[in-house]
Parts: sequence; structure tokens; C-alpha cells
Amino acid sequence: MYYVLLIFFGILGALARYSIELTLPTTPFPLATLFINLLGCFLLAFVVRFLIWLPRLSSKMVTAIGTGFVGSFTTFSTFALESSLLSRTDFLIATSYMIASLIGGLLACVLGYRLSKMLLIRFKEVLRHDH
Amino acid sequence: MIINYLLVGVGAGFGVLARVLTTQWIMQKWSSPFPLATFLINMSGSLLLGLLTGLSIGAHFSLLLGTGFLGAYTTFSTFNVENVELLRRKKYRTLISYAGGSYLFGILAASAGLALGSIL
Repeated sequence: MYYVLLIFFGILGALARYSIELTLPTTPFPLATLFINLLGCFLLAFVVRFLIWLPRLSSKMVTAIGTGFVGSFTTFSTFALESSLLSRTDFLIATSYMIASLIGGLLACVLGYRLSKMLLIRFKEVLRHDH
Repeated sequence: MIINYLLVGVGAGFGVLARVLTTQWIMQKWSSPFPLATFLINMSGSLLLGLLTGLSIGAHFSLLLGTGFLGAYTTFSTFNVENVELLRRKKYRTLISYAGGSYLFGILAASAGLALGSIL
């Protein structure tokens, strides 16, 4: 059952990525992949730090969302390919893409952790009031 | 077009399964702070995507194997969460070798795949 969930969420994640790639304009700078990857970093940090605490969600469900959906939504191979192709044609765009991915990815995770922490504090207060 | 979404979806189903099974298999054999599983997955995926692109396999195969399978097999989010985890645990050397190694060898792997694919 766990693998069914994982595959289901994985397919959804890849389809979400593909839809965004089709929607965002094709520019010399790979904006679509950068947007997808940074959003995914933020979301995964949020999933592993906040969703995991929700009592209604089982740990298998949280893993299926994090590893399945977000893991398939983001992609390292497209990033590497675009960086490789760009570095042949436009070194400046290639470098700025790599730096934006490197720094942006880390910052997006940290942002996801911060939001989780904030929400957890409020969430635990709500739980206390309920009891 | 519905067929394109179908191709991406089928490829992604196998891709996510390949990532999870590979991660489980490597984690059983390797226990160290260095996230070897994600590293090897991202490097092999970048090499293969370069190879597929170099081979010019056509739009349908590219959606199935590139966008679907390899897109879901490799992951940027887990890579970054692992980086931040290493940072929080103050494992700076591991962080630099993991992050630096992934970016350097990932892009080199894609370039090598592209070159190999264009020769074949």
C-alpha cells in the first residue's frame, strides 16, 4: 500500500512539474526549472518539519507526499543538463543559474523550516486549548 | 495533449520507485553522514539525461524517459534538505564535499552524457 501511495504522489509531482514547464514562458534563463526546484525545497522542508506533526496524517502518508510528490516535482537531472548546455552558449546565464540554484535552494529550505517552526508553535497552542 | 501527460506520468511512476528502492538499497550498505544514495541517484540521472539528449531520441521518448522517469528519479529538494541538515549538524566538510561534488560532478556527468550521446 505504501508503494502505491508513493507512486501515486510521484506521478502527481511529475505532472505538476510538467504543467508548470508548459505554462511558464521559455526564456534563455531556465526560469521554470529554477522556480520548480526552489518551490520544492521550501515544500519539502515544510513537509518534514510541519506535516509530520499533524496527528491526522500517518507517517507513511507524509513520506509519500515528501519523497513521492515533492521528490518527483523537483529535478536535479534537468538542472544539470541545462547548466551544461548553457555553459557552452552563455556563460553568464549559466553561472547565474547555478548560483541562484545553489543559494536559492538552501534559503528556500531554511524558509520552509522557519514557517514550520512558527506554525508548530501556534498549532501546539491550539491543541492545548482543545484539551 | 493527453498522451504527453500520460507519457510523463508512466515514466514518473517508474522513476519514483527506482529512486526509493535505490535509496533503501544503498542505505542498507552504507552508513555515514555523506548522503551517498541521493548523490549517486542524481549523478547517474544527470549522466543518463545528457545521454538521452545527445542521442536525440524524439519528443515522445524524451517525455517518457527524460521528463517522466529521470525527472522523478533525480531530486533537487531532498538534496537541499540534506545540505541544510548537514549545516545544522555542523558537518561542514561533508556539506562542502556533498554540495560541491553534486554540482560539479552533476554538470560534468550531463556534459559527458551529451558528448557520448552525440558520438553514438
